[in-house]
Amino acid sequence: MAPSKKRNVNSRNTSENVSKAAKLDLEGVVDRILESRKHANDIFDVLESLQSEKERDVVSALDACCRLFSTLLERKELFVGKLPAEDEALSGESSAEDKCRIFMRHRYNACVEILLEHLNHEQFAVKESALCCLMKFAAGQGQHPLEDLEWSEHHSFPRGIILAVVENLTSKTTDNTLLISRFQEFLEMDDVRYYVMSALRESVGKVMEKNKGTLLPVYQNNVFTLMSSISMPSQQSELTNFMVKLEAMARSVSIQNHKRAFEKMWLGFLKYKLPSNMYKKLLVILHDSILPHMSKPALMIDFLTAAYEVGGAISLLALNGLFVLIHQHNLDYPDFYKKLYNLLEPTVFHVKYRARFFHLANLFLSSSHLPLYLVAAFTKRLARLALTAPPTGLLIVLPFIYNLIRRHPSCRVLLHKPSTEDEPVEDPYLMDEEDPAQCRALESSLWEIKTLQKHYHPDVAKAAMMISTPLSEQEEDISELLELTTYELMERDLKKPQDKKSIPLEFETATQLLKGGGDVLAHHFCLVSDE
Amino acid sequence: MGKAPKKRSLADKVRKTKTNAAIKNNPFEVKINRKKFDVLGRKTKHDVGLPGVSRSKAINKRKETLLKEYKQKNKASKFVDRRLGEYDAKIAPEDKILQRFALERQRIHEKKDMYNLNEEEELTHYGQSLAEMEKFNDMVNSDDESEEKGLLSAELTASHFGGGGGGGLLRKKTSGEQQQEDGNQRAKSRQELIEELIQKSKQEKRERQVRKEEAQELTEKLDQEWKSIQALMVKKTAKAEHTDKPEEKPKLDEYDMMVRELGFEMKAQPSEKMKTPEELAKEEKEKLQKLEADRLRRMMGEEEETKAQSQTRIKTSAWNLFLSPLIFSDPFFPLVGFLFYNFIKFFFFLAPESYEDLKDLLCGHTPENQRLIVARTQKCNHPSLAVGNKLKLQKLFGFLLEYIGELALRTSPELTAVDKLLPELYALCQMSPEAAAAAVQLVLADAAHSMEEQIEVKGHAPFPTLDSLIYLKLTALLFPTSDFRHPVTTPALLYISLALTKCPVRSLQDATAGLLLCCLAVEYVSFSKRFLPELINFLTGSLHLAVRDKTSLGYTVAPPFRRAGKCSDLLVLSDPESCRSWRKKPLPLSATRCLELKSDLDRDHHRLTCLSVCLDLVKRCCLLYNDLPSFSHIFQPVGSLLSKHLSIQTIVCLLQELHREIMDAISSAPTTHRRLVFNKKKPIPLKLLTPKIVEVLDYGKKRGCTREEREKERLKHKYKKEFKGALREIRKDSRFLAREKLNEVMNRDAERKRKVKELFGSLATQEGEWKALKKRKRK
Repeated sequence: MAPSKKRNVNSRNTSENVSKAAKLDLEGVVDRILESRKHANDIFDVLESLQSEKERDVVSALDACCRLFSTLLERKELFVGKLPAEDEALSGESSAEDKCRIFMRHRYNACVEILLEHLNHEQFAVKESALCCLMKFAAGQGQHPLEDLEWSEHHSFPRGIILAVVENLTSKTTDNTLLISRFQEFLEMDDVRYYVMSALRESVGKVMEKNKGTLLPVYQNNVFTLMSSISMPSQQSELTNFMVKLEAMARSVSIQNHKRAFEKMWLGFLKYKLPSNMYKKLLVILHDSILPHMSKPALMIDFLTAAYEVGGAISLLALNGLFVLIHQHNLDYPDFYKKLYNLLEPTVFHVKYRARFFHLANLFLSSSHLPLYLVAAFTKRLARLALTAPPTGLLIVLPFIYNLIRRHPSCRVLLHKPSTEDEPVEDPYLMDEEDPAQCRALESSLWEIKTLQKHYHPDVAKAAMMISTPLSEQEEDISELLELTTYELMERDLKKPQDKKSIPLEFETATQLLKGGGDVLAHHFCLVSDE
Repeated sequence: MGKAPKKRSLADKVRKTKTNAAIKNNPFEVKINRKKFDVLGRKTKHDVGLPGVSRSKAINKRKETLLKEYKQKNKASKFVDRRLGEYDAKIAPEDKILQRFALERQRIHEKKDMYNLNEEEELTHYGQSLAEMEKFNDMVNSDDESEEKGLLSAELTASHFGGGGGGGLLRKKTSGEQQQEDGNQRAKSRQELIEELIQKSKQEKRERQVRKEEAQELTEKLDQEWKSIQALMVKKTAKAEHTDKPEEKPKLDEYDMMVRELGFEMKAQPSEKMKTPEELAKEEKEKLQKLEADRLRRMMGEEEETKAQSQTRIKTSAWNLFLSPLIFSDPFFPLVGFLFYNFIKFFFFLAPESYEDLKDLLCGHTPENQRLIVARTQKCNHPSLAVGNKLKLQKLFGFLLEYIGELALRTSPELTAVDKLLPELYALCQMSPEAAAAAVQLVLADAAHSMEEQIEVKGHAPFPTLDSLIYLKLTALLFPTSDFRHPVTTPALLYISLALTKCPVRSLQDATAGLLLCCLAVEYVSFSKRFLPELINFLTGSLHLAVRDKTSLGYTVAPPFRRAGKCSDLLVLSDPESCRSWRKKPLPLSATRCLELKSDLDRDHHRLTCLSVCLDLVKRCCLLYNDLPSFSHIFQPVGSLLSKHLSIQTIVCLLQELHREIMDAISSAPTTHRRLVFNKKKPIPLKLLTPKIVEVLDYGKKRGCTREEREKERLKHKYKKEFKGALREIRKDSRFLAREKLNEVMNRDAERKRKVKELFGSLATQEGEWKALKKRKRK
C-alpha cells in the first residue's frame, strides 16, 4: 500500500477528486444496474475500470464488482447450468429474461477471469482485494450454485474457482508468501481447506509432470507455504466452520476424508525433488504438523529414510520424524545407531538445529539396553568432536558425555582405567571408522576432556574438571543448556554481580597499542601503512 | 600465723640433719615396710623406715617450736636472741665466734672515736674550712695564680730556698738583726724568726684576700643595682609598647632568637637510604614477582575459592603529579597559554561533562597534544584534589573509549592518536578499575548484541569493525587476560569466539579481519595457554582458503568455512609467479576494512601476507598447545592440510621455513598418553583397636569421666589425706604438751619436796643445835 500512496502524492489534488468522482460514479453505476436492467450495459464501464492502470481505481472497481455480482448471485440473476455462447444465446430464441441472465453470466465469468489475473498484480492491495472478492464469489456460488445440481453433492462447491485461485496463488514466478498468509484465514473454513487440498494435489501433479520433476524453487516454495499454512483439525467435532453451509457438504468433509486429502497432498508434493533449504523447512515442521495428521504416517518412511541418507543437517532434521515413526509406528530401522554415529561431524556443534539434535540424541541414547561398545563409541566420538566445538556446544556435550557414562557405568573405564603397567599408550580410537563396533572406543580414554580442562571459558574448564573425581549419581539436566547462545553466555558473564572486591587489572603498563601479550599483533600488523 | 614460715624452716632444718650411717645400719633402728606386690620399674621411697630417728626428729622439732611457744604462753614480753648467727646452723662455731669478735671490736672502736678530740678538728686552708672550699662556690679568679706567682719575693725565696738548718741568708739576717736588735732587745731565737716570717706572709695573704673579697662584693652590689634599674627600664619600655601594641610579647633578643632557632632547626633526620639502582631493580622485581604470583593464582582459578585477593594499585600522589615539571617544561606550554586566553579561563582543564565536550576539547590537535590534553585533564582533576573528581574521571574514561571507537571508524582511521591516548587510558583504568571495567563491558556487550541480532536474522554476521577490534586489543592491555574468570576479559574472549565462528569470510578484508582476531585470540591466551578451539578452526579454514584443489580432503573444516563453494578460493593465488616479487611487510590495521588492491599482483601479495600470518599463528598455536594431551588430534586437520594440499613444494620459499617448523612441531608431539584415572582419594583410616592410654593422676578409685570431675575427686582425696595428717599431728602435739606439762608438774613437786626436805633438814639441824646448846648449858 505504502508505495502506491507515495506515487499518488504528487497528483493528489487532482487524482483524489477524480478517483472520488470515479468511485461515486461506480457506486452509482452499480446501483443503477441493480435497479433496472436498462442500465445493464453500464457494466462494461465497471469492467473497464477494473483493468485500469491506477491502483485506486482498480480497488474501487473491485469493490463495486464484488457488490454487484454478489447481489446478482443472491438474486439468482445469473444463468444457471451449461452456458451457451453469448452470440448464439443473444441471437437465439430464448426469452429476454434468459438473455439478460446469459449476458450477466458472461460478464461474471469475464470478471472472475480478470480477478484471477489480478491475483498476480504487482500491487498487494489489488491482489488482496481480488482474493477477497473471489472468495466471496465462491461463497455466493456455493450458496447459489451456477451448475446444475444433478447428482453429485460435490458440484455444489465452486471447485472451479478454488482451483483457479490455488493455481494462481502458487505462481511459478512470484513469491506469494504474503498473499498466502492472507489466504490462511479462508483456510480456517473446513470445506475450503478440503477443496484447497485436493486442488493443490491436482495442480502440483500437473505442474511437476509438465516440468518432468525438475526444481521449480519459487513454485515449490509457494506450494510449501500454502501447504504448511494448512492447520489440520484433529477431531470430527472441530469441523464446524463451513463456507457453504449444506448438510451434504458437512458429510463429505469428514475427518477421514480430510486426513486422506492431506496425506495425498503431501505425498504428491514430496514425490518430486525438493530444493535443500525446503527439505530443511519441511523436516522442521514434519514431526509435529504433518505426521500426526496423516492417516498412514508410515507412508512417510521412504521420504524420511531418503532424507536421512542425504547427510548433514538434513539427516539431523530427519531424525525427528524417524523418531516419531520408530517410537509410535513401530518402524524398524536397521543400522539406525550406526547412521546416528556417522552423523556426528564437527558441524553438528555449529548448525542451527544443534539443540534439536542433542535433544533427540539424548532421547535415543537414554535407553539402558544399548550395547556398551556403542555408548563408548558415541562418548568418544563426541569427546573428539568437542575439540572443535564452541563453548556453548561444549557446555552441552560435556554433561551429555557424563550422563552417558552415568547411565552405563561400565563406560567408566573411559575416565578411570587404572592399569598395572603405567605406560603411556597411543589413542587406539579410530575416528575414521564408520562402524561403532570397530572403532575401539572402549580401549581408549577421554583425553579430550582432559584437554578441555585448559579451555578458555571458566565454565567449560570447570565442567571438564569433573572427570578427575568419580561422577555423582544424579544425571545432569541438559535441556536448559540446549538453546544457550554464545551471546547469552557472554551476557551471563557480563551481568554477573560483581563481588565487593575490585577487579584485577593488568599490571604491565600499557604503552603502545600493538604491544603486549606476546607482541603477536605487532609482529603482523602496523598502525598505518607505510605508503 | 606469723610463725608458720619460721616453723617450717625450722622443721626443714631438723629434717635436713642427716641421720648418720650408724643408725641406718643398726638393725634395731630399721623397720622394713613389707610390699604386697613388686612392681617393676617403680621406685619406692618408703620401703625402709627409721622409726626411732623419725620419732626423735619429731620430738626435737616440737621441742624447738611447740615447747617454746608453750613456755612463752601468757607472757607479755619475750626474749629475742639477737646474737650473731645464733640460729644459723650454717656458720661454723669458730667463724661465729670470730665474727662476733670483729663486731664487738668495731663497736668499741666507734665508741672510742666519740671521745677523740682530733677527730673533730676541722681542716682549714688559709683560715677557711676545707670542706667549704671543696664546694667551689666562691669565684676563684684565674689571676689569683699569677698574683701568687708574683709573690715570689726575694724574702720568700730566701725563706723557702734558704737552705736547711744553717741557711746563709737566715744566718746573715740574724746577724744583721742581731746587730739591730742588740740595741732594742734580745735577739730572737730562730724558732721565733720563722714564726714571724710565717705570720707575716700569712697576714699579707689575708689582706689580699680581704681586698679581693671587697672588690667582689662591690661588683656584686653593682650588678644587683644594675639589675634593679634594668628591671625598671624594661618595665617602662614594655608598658610604653603595651599601649601601642597590646598583644606583642617582649622583644626577644636577636641572639636568643638565633639560639632558639638553632634549637628548633630541623636536625638531620636519619632518612631512608638512597637506593642504588640494583636495589631499586630488585625491589621492582620483587613487586613484579608478587603481581605475577597473583596473576598465576587467578589463572588457576584458586581465587574463586579463597576470595582473598591483594589488590595492588599504583598510587601516585596528586601533588606529585600536579607539580611535575612536565607542566612548565613541555612543548605544550605555549598552547596552554593560548588556551588560557581563548578557551579556558585559567590553566586548568575541566573534565568534560559529555562526549561532545571531549570531542571539542581534542578536536584539531595532533595526537601528541591530544595525549597531553587528556593527561593534563586527568591531573587537574585528580580525585585527591576535589570530591567529585573521581566520578568525572570515570566518565572521562567512558568518553575516551567512545572517542577511540570514533577515531577507529573514521574513513582514514587515526590509530596513532589511539596509540598516544593509550597510556592515559591505562592510568585512568588503574585509578578506578570498577568504572573502567563497566565501561569496557558496556562496549563489548553492545558489539556482541549487534552481532547477535544479525546472527538471529541471517544466521551469520559481518566481521567486527575496526573499533571493536581496537576495543578488544584495549581490553587485553587494560585487564589481565590470563585470569581463570575475569568480568571483562572472559566476555571479550567469548566475543572473539563468536566472531570466529559466525562471521563468514567473503573477501580479503574479511580474511584480514579474521586473522587480526586470531592474533588477538593468540595474545589473549598466550600467557595462560588456554585452549581456544575456534582459533584452530579458523586458522584451518583460512589455510583451506588457499588450497587450490578442493577434492578429496583429508580433513573437515568447521563453520564459518565451507568445503567448497563461493568464496572458498579466496586465498588461492591467481598467478603462481607473483610470489617472486612478494616481500612480507606488516599489514595496516585499516586493511580489515578497506583494501586498495588495484592489480592482481597486489591482491596476490596480500594473499601471501595473509597466508604467512596464518602460518605464523599456527606455529604459535603449536607452541602454545604443545602440552595438551590431545595436541595431535587438535592439529591433525592442519597437519594433513599442510602435508597434502599445501605441501612444502607448492608453497612460496619464504613460507617454507614456517611450514617446516609447523610440521616438525606437529610430528614431534607425543602421541602416547597415560591412561586417565581419577584423582587418588585420601584413604579413610581403619578403626584402630589399640588401647586408649589415659594419664593417671592419682592411684585408687576413679570416679567421673571428665577431666574436671577427676580433678575434683583428686583434690577431695588429697584434702582428706591432709586432714587426717593434720589431725594426727595435732594429737601428737597435744600428747607432747601433756607430757611436758606432766614433766613440769613432776619437776615442781620434786622441787617442793626437796625444798621441804631442806627446810625440815635445816629446822632439824637448828633444833639439834638448839638442843645441843641447851644440853651444854645444862651441863
